[in-house]
Amino acid sequence: MLLLSLILLPFLGAAVAACMPQHARNREAWFAAIIALCGLLLTLSQYAVISEGTALRYQLNWLSAFDLNLIFRMDGLAWLFSVLIQGICLLVVLYARYYMSPKDPVPRFFAFLLAFMGAMQGVVLSGNLIQLVMFWELTSLTSFLLIGYWHHRPDARRGARMAFTVTSIGGLCLLVGVLLLGHVAGSYDLDQILQQAEQIKAHDWYLPILILIALGALTKSAQFPFHFWLPHAMAAPTPVSAYLHSATMVKAGVFLLMRLWPVLAGTPEWTWIIGTAGVCTMLIGAFLAIFQHDLKGLLAYSTISHLGLITCLLGIGTPLAMVAAIFHTLNHATFKASLFMAVGIIDHETGSRDMRKLSGLRRVLPYTAALAIVASAAMAGVPLLNGFLSKEMFFAEALMVGSASNWWMSAAAVMMGIFGVAYSLRFIQVFFGPLQTDGGEEVHEPPRWMRFPVELLVLCCLVVGILPELSIGILLEAAAASVLAEQLPEYSLAIWHGFNLPLTMSIIAFIGGIVFYRWLQLKCNLRQRDKVPLFHRLNGKESYEATMLWLAASAARLERSLSSRRLQPQLLLLILAGMAAGAVLLWFMPTVPAQLTYTPIHWPFALLWLAGTACAIAAAWQAKYHRLAALILVGGTGIVTSLTFLWLSAPDLALTQLMVETVTTILLLLGLRWLPARISAKKLQLIASSRDKLRRSRDLLIAISSGVILSVVSYLILIQPENQTISRFFIENSLPLGGGSNVVNVLLVDFRSFDTLGEITVLSIVALTVYALLRRFRPAAESIKLPPQQTNPIDPASIQTPAEQAGSGYLQVPGIYIRLLLPIIIVVSVYFFMRGHNLPGGGFIAGLIFAVGLIIQYLLAGTAWVEARLKMQPHRWISVGLGLAVVTGLGAWVFGHPFLTTHTAHIYLPVLGELHLPSAFIFDLGVFAVVVGTTMLILTALAHQSVRSHRVPGANPDATNLQQEDR
Amino acid sequence: MEIILALAIGILFASGVWLVLRPRSFQVITGLLLLSYAVNLFIFITGRISLNKPPLTLDETALDPALYADPLPQALVLTAIVIGFATTALYLVVLLGSRGLTGTDHVDGKEKETDE
Repeated sequence: MLLLSLILLPFLGAAVAACMPQHARNREAWFAAIIALCGLLLTLSQYAVISEGTALRYQLNWLSAFDLNLIFRMDGLAWLFSVLIQGICLLVVLYARYYMSPKDPVPRFFAFLLAFMGAMQGVVLSGNLIQLVMFWELTSLTSFLLIGYWHHRPDARRGARMAFTVTSIGGLCLLVGVLLLGHVAGSYDLDQILQQAEQIKAHDWYLPILILIALGALTKSAQFPFHFWLPHAMAAPTPVSAYLHSATMVKAGVFLLMRLWPVLAGTPEWTWIIGTAGVCTMLIGAFLAIFQHDLKGLLAYSTISHLGLITCLLGIGTPLAMVAAIFHTLNHATFKASLFMAVGIIDHETGSRDMRKLSGLRRVLPYTAALAIVASAAMAGVPLLNGFLSKEMFFAEALMVGSASNWWMSAAAVMMGIFGVAYSLRFIQVFFGPLQTDGGEEVHEPPRWMRFPVELLVLCCLVVGILPELSIGILLEAAAASVLAEQLPEYSLAIWHGFNLPLTMSIIAFIGGIVFYRWLQLKCNLRQRDKVPLFHRLNGKESYEATMLWLAASAARLERSLSSRRLQPQLLLLILAGMAAGAVLLWFMPTVPAQLTYTPIHWPFALLWLAGTACAIAAAWQAKYHRLAALILVGGTGIVTSLTFLWLSAPDLALTQLMVETVTTILLLLGLRWLPARISAKKLQLIASSRDKLRRSRDLLIAISSGVILSVVSYLILIQPENQTISRFFIENSLPLGGGSNVVNVLLVDFRSFDTLGEITVLSIVALTVYALLRRFRPAAESIKLPPQQTNPIDPASIQTPAEQAGSGYLQVPGIYIRLLLPIIIVVSVYFFMRGHNLPGGGFIAGLIFAVGLIIQYLLAGTAWVEARLKMQPHRWISVGLGLAVVTGLGAWVFGHPFLTTHTAHIYLPVLGELHLPSAFIFDLGVFAVVVGTTMLILTALAHQSVRSHRVPGANPDATNLQQEDR
Repeated sequence: MEIILALAIGILFASGVWLVLRPRSFQVITGLLLLSYAVNLFIFITGRISLNKPPLTLDETALDPALYADPLPQALVLTAIVIGFATTALYLVVLLGSRGLTGTDHVDGKEKETDE
């Protein structure tokens, strides 16, 4: 529970922080600090448990069958990282309070920062690898948001995108790697995986697993050749750089390697992949750092180099190297975070981070200078500071690699030391020499509390550097023990180990570094040099950009060559694929059934279909030039289909089809008005080209063959004996369990009501989409005018409004009986609704009947007349309907049943007698309301276009006059 | 009866396919209507032919599946019919919008050189 709160607290905090007012800098910062502090205190309170070597564990089962459970575990390593993450977060929040400008939108900043902290906590505390990957991706996402915080700056956007692309590609590799690992180990549970080290290392998949997981870790920790994103991520605000790019996020990769160290390390492949990447990164990063002009750039490359060092230690793979790696991770976090903050102060006070423009800052920023110099001494590995200790351990480990004759590793280590000293000197150069600042304004020390985090971190560097065993020894041991278990080596954290080889190496590095730096200054004009010697061609950013461009271009090319924007070829392919599927189906279908059971032919039925198919063919033939005729013909086919349902024992379907047929016809009639007039080719004396003829014959062939295939498939299905399906269950249980005899209706509103809920949701979405699309509807110019039938001067109806036509004009007779029909139709609709559970009817059918009753009023007397008398508001019907359906479903929870379980009540009413009232009835009422709402919304929205379009400027003035008479 | 239904489904489907492949948007919408009849009937007949056996289990003592038509395809088709109406409406509105914006009722929004 405690572990869960460690994760939830930051995320909840992020949500709250995001809602806080824009300019409440203090409140925001206090709030974020309290969240971080709570987490930190909670974590620290577990110290006693953790230091004994026990791991806390919290498990929340989710999909146990797939081994996907929410597991949090905290052992020594996770505890140490957790303290680091929360502790630095606390300091960064304090620092950011002063760093962020009042103009910046701070709620966003603190919200992202807290969310990032939560994600990072998730990574270190996850006990399930899939879950770890999820939090891993979440850190990529939140860091993307943080790097791109100043999104008005193009470099911030680019840097954020680059960081996100690289780390999330790594994250995908990691996911695959973890899936493979979980498959090999038979579980994603970290505890179980860690116990199967031998099996995993012996498995055939070991190498792919290693490579994929290494890709994930190396991209995250900015290791060569993926290091290029980190310098570009420096476009982030400095607190973000201090937090993400020195202390936490880039350490996630290292953390992962440590976490899986027992399972993956100790093989030659591991040493080669991880070790090589580490050594290359360490050297290239350190070398490039010397030649930076941007203070943050220098720190970024130095971070890359130090991460390389840690990776290299992990690659060496001995237990002692592991201890050194954990130790250096901590040390690096403290001195690098403090250096970033110091740079932030310099930037904040002088307005520049360019080392070419800054010098002598010691005079104006004495405290900051002292702090930064101590921190950079730690970075260079000066004795009595924490950096020295872990670097000594690294040198010692480097000596152990290979044998006495193989001194390459040692040489690389010393080289790294030399470069490290050189760039540290370069860094502190800004504090010495004559005073020179970029801006003209007075430079002064920052506020007291802005410097406090730096002071605290530098103090840590000193304490750890002077009293290592007392200050950090026990923590380090707990962390190392949690990874190494019984392999925990003997080691000593003393400052003085006597005059030995690592110390000699340190001394060589110091002297070499100072000499190298002087040489660079004198011979290479380091201060003004633009190009990095040797490595200036090695530009990760350019290759990244080139790759991205190439990807986009080839995707576009592929799209052009493989796909078409034209509808017809796409539909053609779809139909051909469908035909192929049908043909395959035919191949596998049993052609001769056990006993042929034919139903005798009903001749009226045959005649019916003669008409139905004739209608269909005629519609296909006429749809181009005679749209109205085609619409009527399609309607004919629809009626025949409806009668077929009735004939073949599906009364519900017959009713639904009939009503839908009606509303569809009205719908299309409303649309016809906006289509262009089409004069037949014969009248225009157009002659179809041979290409057109060819295409028509091809389409005809496809149409006929697809029809034949479907016919044969249908016929073969029809002569098979009936299969046993779940229908049996529905028929047997509809009455006893569902309490209704109409099995189809019970299926819809009870057994499968969740499907129906989905369906009415789709209906509502479609209706709203139609409505929204029509709000922006702009008809073509030539269809804005009133159609000639309505403006014919000889026709007296053309000068009457629709309401007048129905009231006293030529529609007087239908006017009377259609208005009379409305209450009758409503009663019929209610009747069909009420009996729906037991006899044909139900929400769908009743809703459609109700809608048709209203629509014919519109047809008769026009929109204006109806809407002056009836405020329909179909949106409300939809929302009430959906609400009813969902509330009915939720009601089941009150009784402790799953969502949408039906509950039946029997109510006795005085006149009507006993009323059987299942909750499905209320659900059906929801369906009814949704159906009425959607139908009315779609149809009236379309109908309103005819009224609205006359207001479009440039419309026919006659039409406008008519419209005015309309009112 | 089987042969009539099979032929009817085939003919409706063929007419629909022909229309769906035409270039004018109204032809396509008509085609979709015909296709939906054909497909609805096709799904429906997977429950085989039953005459005078609507799935209304009014008699509590006779719950034998052999006495009733298969309710499952019926329920599927019922929702399909209603959804079919909604998609037709959506297509119609898109069609009208495209016609208003592009000035043509060709499905691709522009006339081809060799107009059909």
